[in-house]
Amino acid sequence: MTRYLTTTALALSMIGGAAMAEPVKVGMITTLSGGGASLGIDTRDGFMLAVEEAGNPELEVVIEDDQQKPEIAVQLSDKMIQSEDVDVLTGIVWSNLAMAVVPGATRQGKFYLSTNAAPSQLAGKGCHENYFSVSYQNDNLHEAAGAYATNEGFGTMFIMAPNYPAGQDSLAGFKRFYEGEVASEVYTQLGQTDYAAEIAQIRDSGADGLFFFLPGGMGISFMKQWAEAGIDMPVVGPAFSFSQDILPAIGDAAIGVKNTAQWSKDIDNEANAHFVEAFEAKYDRLPSLYAAQGYDTARLLLAAMDKADISDADAFREALRAAEFDSVRGKFSFGPNQHPVQDIYVREVVSEDGTLTNKIVATAMEDRGDAYAEECKM
Amino acid sequence: MSMILLIEQLLNGIQSGLMLFLMAAGLTLVFGVMGLINLAHGSLYMVGAFACAGVAAATGSFWLGLAASIAAAAAAGAIVEVAVIRRLYARDHLDQVLATFALILIFSEGTRWLYGSFPLYLNVPAALSGSVTLPGGIQYSLFRLAIIGAGLAVAVGLFLLIGKTRIGVQVRAGEADREMIAGLGVDIGRLYTLVFALGAALAGLAGALVGTIQSVQVGMGEPVLILAFVVIVIGGIGSIKGALIGALLVGLTDTMGRVLLPPLFSLFMETSAATSIGAALASMAIYILMALVLIVRPGGLFGARA
Amino acid sequence: MSAAEIPAPRARRAAPSRETLVNAGLGLALLVFGIGAWLLDEPFLITLATKVAILAIAGAGLNLVLGYGGLVSFGHAAYFGIGGYTSGILAHHALNYTPMFEWPFLFEGSTSMPLIWLFAMVLGGLAALAIGALSLRTTGVYFIMITLAFGQMIFYFAISWPAYGGEDGLPIYVRNGFPGLNTLDPIQFFALAVAVLFAVLGLISMLAHSRFGLALQAARQNRQRLMAVGIRPGGVLLVAFVISGAITALAGALYADLNRFVSPSMLSWHLSGELLVFLILGGTGRLFAPLAGAGLYITLEHVLGGVSDYWQFYFGLLLLGVVLFARGGVIGFLTGGRHG
Repeated sequence: MTRYLTTTALALSMIGGAAMAEPVKVGMITTLSGGGASLGIDTRDGFMLAVEEAGNPELEVVIEDDQQKPEIAVQLSDKMIQSEDVDVLTGIVWSNLAMAVVPGATRQGKFYLSTNAAPSQLAGKGCHENYFSVSYQNDNLHEAAGAYATNEGFGTMFIMAPNYPAGQDSLAGFKRFYEGEVASEVYTQLGQTDYAAEIAQIRDSGADGLFFFLPGGMGISFMKQWAEAGIDMPVVGPAFSFSQDILPAIGDAAIGVKNTAQWSKDIDNEANAHFVEAFEAKYDRLPSLYAAQGYDTARLLLAAMDKADISDADAFREALRAAEFDSVRGKFSFGPNQHPVQDIYVREVVSEDGTLTNKIVATAMEDRGDAYAEECKM
Repeated sequence: MSMILLIEQLLNGIQSGLMLFLMAAGLTLVFGVMGLINLAHGSLYMVGAFACAGVAAATGSFWLGLAASIAAAAAAGAIVEVAVIRRLYARDHLDQVLATFALILIFSEGTRWLYGSFPLYLNVPAALSGSVTLPGGIQYSLFRLAIIGAGLAVAVGLFLLIGKTRIGVQVRAGEADREMIAGLGVDIGRLYTLVFALGAALAGLAGALVGTIQSVQVGMGEPVLILAFVVIVIGGIGSIKGALIGALLVGLTDTMGRVLLPPLFSLFMETSAATSIGAALASMAIYILMALVLIVRPGGLFGARA
Repeated sequence: MSAAEIPAPRARRAAPSRETLVNAGLGLALLVFGIGAWLLDEPFLITLATKVAILAIAGAGLNLVLGYGGLVSFGHAAYFGIGGYTSGILAHHALNYTPMFEWPFLFEGSTSMPLIWLFAMVLGGLAALAIGALSLRTTGVYFIMITLAFGQMIFYFAISWPAYGGEDGLPIYVRNGFPGLNTLDPIQFFALAVAVLFAVLGLISMLAHSRFGLALQAARQNRQRLMAVGIRPGGVLLVAFVISGAITALAGALYADLNRFVSPSMLSWHLSGELLVFLILGGTGRLFAPLAGAGLYITLEHVLGGVSDYWQFYFGLLLLGVVLFARGGVIGFLTGGRHG
């Protein structure tokens, strides 16, 4: 476990006697070990960059590793709420861990700010006034891909995802905004690494384009095998398979692929330019989507702390809802179910001076909320 | 489904089966000759993949990486055998399972400590990349063909080794009666280390070849380990022939199951439920196959008398 | 000397064996830890102690077939998961007011623990019956592998079944109720779990000393000899397997309530491996081995996990050491190898 007190806080606490508002204690539960650790590490690094830049003495952050296991996440959240007495929880990368932790935490009066996972159950019927998603709603990036495919005039598409709830949601999201014909819809096995069979089917289908959602190691394997097969078909997917942290493992096989995301390092605004530069200077690598989301979440929290006191939950909630911070995404606001309303871009994987990264080539959707807001009765 | 697609899928099934064979051969040899269950076999696979990625990145040559993977895995296997495995031959299965389970933890966390949690980069060499056109108009990845070739070469090599050489005679005698060959003057210790290292080398080779077209990361050996056990159980423990047949069966069932079951279900169900259920059944298919084989032949297809 | 003058042997009350003392010590340690945590107002530590108790119940189920029966089941997570999902699904339907089935009678699920436990044990036992009947046709490593295969089958099934969350798992928003207790209060749930643990251990002890138990241990030691005495080992082993499945399923139902969450990870082979690890750490075949092993494992996870991100590396070394050099596990070490 790691605990971060900014140096100012340490100094002030030693001097003592300074009149302060209620301190805010944040419990970050994220994945720092195992195959999926790169997402959690980026989340933590982005979040802590913002925390250190602000140097707010009233903010304390406790960080724990959930090892991508739901039971451990639940225990950590119990520990943080019962022993550490945190006010806000954040950091979970995976939807299944979020589903285990969020309902219990919000019902115990704690705020949850999601730096990544935003499953549909928590956006619609399961929404709660203490739950905010700062990243997106899980379906958004897939919906944008569907919109992009329609705009590009792809008449038929081959779509593919693993057979688990996030995978099923992704294909549903894609189809929601894709107006062409689905040539074939294939569910792969979760954790599957050999896609020869699926690649053969894709080739045989003769579709105009391929959409796939294969997070983590699955996406790396698929793209390498795809490149070997030499099929000339445009590929589009959500940013999860092409984020900065895994591009190096895929290599040149990824060049030219289009992926949808609500953030890219080349979004043109001051906050983003500063973020990318500071991140690279401090951590010696380019930030990914997850780092940007972590950074924005911390900044949202700090902005709310400036406006209201955590001891007044209602006021703090209103301060969070107002979202008066400079997001690295540019414009950012919350919808009625406390999920973001934002633009979703299409990025292309390019090689910049030998480093693989993403570059924006189009805007897929503007001011997109999500499909579940109406089901939320807050 | 067109004939071309069907043949391509069959090739995929064979390729996947042959990779499993590389894993299963080592596992079945170790169990057949030494009577030892080795759960750490998947870790040796991982060691091979990491060695290949590391050396290839350092030297720029895939072929050096491949050689390194075999050498590193064999060396790791030999060290583990002398240090740990030796003490387990006389123990019961539970002790062997737990000791080698402990080895998995040590290898996995150790590798993560050394290399970190981000996946490593390993790519197909230029000489083997791209696809070729086979007779019949089928486009197939050259590297996958190379894998099929390597797998068949290993199979032939193993048959020759076991069937035609002195070491092979010792191995077969050891499988039949361990005490007897010790009594006949064969250096058992050396034989066991050799067999274990051979199995490890095969696993390392598989790791390097598969890691090239998939991803190289900690824990990559575990799913393959389970499948390898399924293969040797189906094929019969101790039998290389069984490992080959079993591996091909498993590879084909897995591939054809994934390809044929969802469309089969959509004949009498609406598409999204059909694809979901078909995919679910496909992932269970291998285990159902194994259970069926064991019910009919409890010793596996080519196993020694139970 | 006449017969009347030879002193009659005095009946002596047998002193409690060393193992019984160790067992009492372990049970007491668990109680003291939980109550101590309550007095110190550390609810998280009470939860940790409850987790130890529940995992010990799961391990106890496995110990019946492994320690006494000699069957290395590498798929016991299947029963743990079945128990967990039974609890989750029954609670899910009750909380959402959606009926589970309407024929032959309307059934809307339940949030009552005793009822859920009954269901869990029945389903766990039935699954063990089916799996056991098929698996016991094999022996040795084939048996280990086929139990693993069945465990994997159920695991993949649970992941792909979207109705109950699939891979995401199923959250249970409230804790199920037990008559007379406030189960949300950590100390009360702890007391409940410990009571169940001691009841289960008592049952296993009774079984072990009964004729059934003796036949079971004989089946482990020498099957042919058992057959020569006229008892079919397969039958005895199957009954033990069914009871074992029921006990582990009960643990699963409790675990689901502890975390207020069920997920396919309860069915993974890693968990099956961990159950085996508890037993060997504790001392396979000893009555209190599951408690010793689970306690040691959870303590290490909690303490070492805080020190290093790579604690499993050290744990692997420890486990290796135990397997190679400390064969009797914790209890073996404490009793000096003597069996009570």
